[in-house]
Amino acid sequence: MSGVWVFVENRNGEISPIAREAIGAARIIADELVEDLTGLVFGEDVGDVADAAFDLGCDEVIGADDATLKDGLVEAVGPLFVALATEHEPDVIIAGASTRGRDLTSWVAADLDAGLVSDCVSLEVDGETIKTTRPVYAGKLLSKVFVTDGPQVISLRGRAFAPAESTGGSGTADWVDPVVAEEDIPSKVVGFEEKSGGVSLVDASIIVSGGRGVGGPEGFDPVRELAAVLGAAVGASRAAVDAGWIPYEHQVGQTGKTVSPDLYIACGISGAIQHQAGMRTSKVIVAINKDAEAPIFKLARYGIVGDLFEVLPALNEAFSERLG
Amino acid sequence: MNVVVCVKQTPSTTANFSVDNGTVSWEDPGGKPNIVNPWDEYAVEEAIRLMENHGASDAIAISMGEASSSEALKTCLAMGCTEAILVSDEAFAGSDSLGTARILAAAINKVGDVQVALFGKQAIDADSGQTVVQVARKLGWTPLTFVSAIKEIGDGSITVERLVDEGKEIVQAALPVVIGTVKELNEPRYPSFMGIRKASRATIPEWTAADLEIDGAYGREASKVDWSEVYTIPAREGEVEIIEADSVSEQAEILVEKLFEEKVI
Repeated sequence: MSGVWVFVENRNGEISPIAREAIGAARIIADELVEDLTGLVFGEDVGDVADAAFDLGCDEVIGADDATLKDGLVEAVGPLFVALATEHEPDVIIAGASTRGRDLTSWVAADLDAGLVSDCVSLEVDGETIKTTRPVYAGKLLSKVFVTDGPQVISLRGRAFAPAESTGGSGTADWVDPVVAEEDIPSKVVGFEEKSGGVSLVDASIIVSGGRGVGGPEGFDPVRELAAVLGAAVGASRAAVDAGWIPYEHQVGQTGKTVSPDLYIACGISGAIQHQAGMRTSKVIVAINKDAEAPIFKLARYGIVGDLFEVLPALNEAFSERLG
Repeated sequence: MNVVVCVKQTPSTTANFSVDNGTVSWEDPGGKPNIVNPWDEYAVEEAIRLMENHGASDAIAISMGEASSSEALKTCLAMGCTEAILVSDEAFAGSDSLGTARILAAAINKVGDVQVALFGKQAIDADSGQTVVQVARKLGWTPLTFVSAIKEIGDGSITVERLVDEGKEIVQAALPVVIGTVKELNEPRYPSFMGIRKASRATIPEWTAADLEIDGAYGREASKVDWSEVYTIPAREGEVEIIEADSVSEQAEILVEKLFEEKVI
């Protein structure tokens, strides 16, 4: 067994942001293990994606270019990945913990009878073992987790690792055929509706979030206005979602989304532990709250004790001025 | 056609955790330390709806865990599941996700005539979300994860809407399937008073390793994953800097300046 593999998830001819992060993390692991890094590229018309994988630091690329792989269905991609892994026996398989990456790693680990660690936020090489850190108990505790025997299959939380940069590398991919014929794939994608409107919470580098303190649906107006100035996504606490002020898709926290932006601006959010679970790994947290005793101030780097309906417009003006 | 829903008993969402030498314990201020994993409630609700609206004959809840997991199963019965089965054996303890998948797949096979097995998207304790696909692999069924709506079911096929990272995907698949649910799927009902009374009197059958034909290894010895080291999250370094000034606009200017210095804008 040898080598580090990374799943080069792609869409419309582009490598997904989370796959760039996976390549970046996998490159570091491969260097520490003194192993080659192989990128796995699946899809239709993915020649450019294979070139981009070399450029981002892959030593080798194994690819498959076929219409059956276009939708990224795990029933098509999974068996091919398993067949290739059975043939080449990599030590380590890394993928981003996207919806597709989670499905694929679970499938591959099941079929290879391999240990699987999901949604890691940090990696450390210890001999030949990769010791990972991952949040457990809804982000309230951390756990060091590792695979004890055989291939190590690992998925990485989005925005937890630095994306790979262009290296100028190039190479020739090893192109293989799919292993499942179209008529043997037991499911098919019959419709697709692209996510529309606004920046997605999980990918956002800045999030402006509102809680009970916004007071009502119209209270999100200043939150949205600041988000627009900053190119940020709009988040919310469960209290605001449960009150019906904003749809569930904006909820950050234990029963919502887990986010990790560079900047998280919490407006009128007290910071219950369930909310913290979803945002505590943000790089810089700013809290704006009337109540100086609110728990969010224990987590924040900067705080303003005051009325968000005064502070947000002032911030909006100050940012607009600086950003020109 | 039977529908199975697999549930896990987890600590309450309001529980406070402590760790002593890698052993996690918790207390709940509300005095109810364990609950049905909140993500599983959507799966339980959907199982009951498949029975009410789509002709499933039984909605059977299965939980793998210690004897105390029968409490979670009673909640499922109170909500409207027609049967509940506890899958429990000392030999199951310490199983990794693949071991757990083998045990649950064997239990689903023993139920028989199952066309749909439903799961929550992940458990709020381990948070790994691996079980849906791995159970599907062990059963040889199609996995459908992140399902936000069941559009059609019947004639050997099912059409669902999945919430994937890039948007909404409509997928048609041949039955049987293993479904992972997300919150957008439904609004779980509260147990009725009659349901609670009925559930409190129910005896829940227990299946052990001897009752199941488990294909492959499980339990602590067979686990290929070590997760024994658990610890509390280190406190964030440094104290909060409260920005004070004579006016709100000055406060805003100071904060904006600091955020530029932090290079987060």
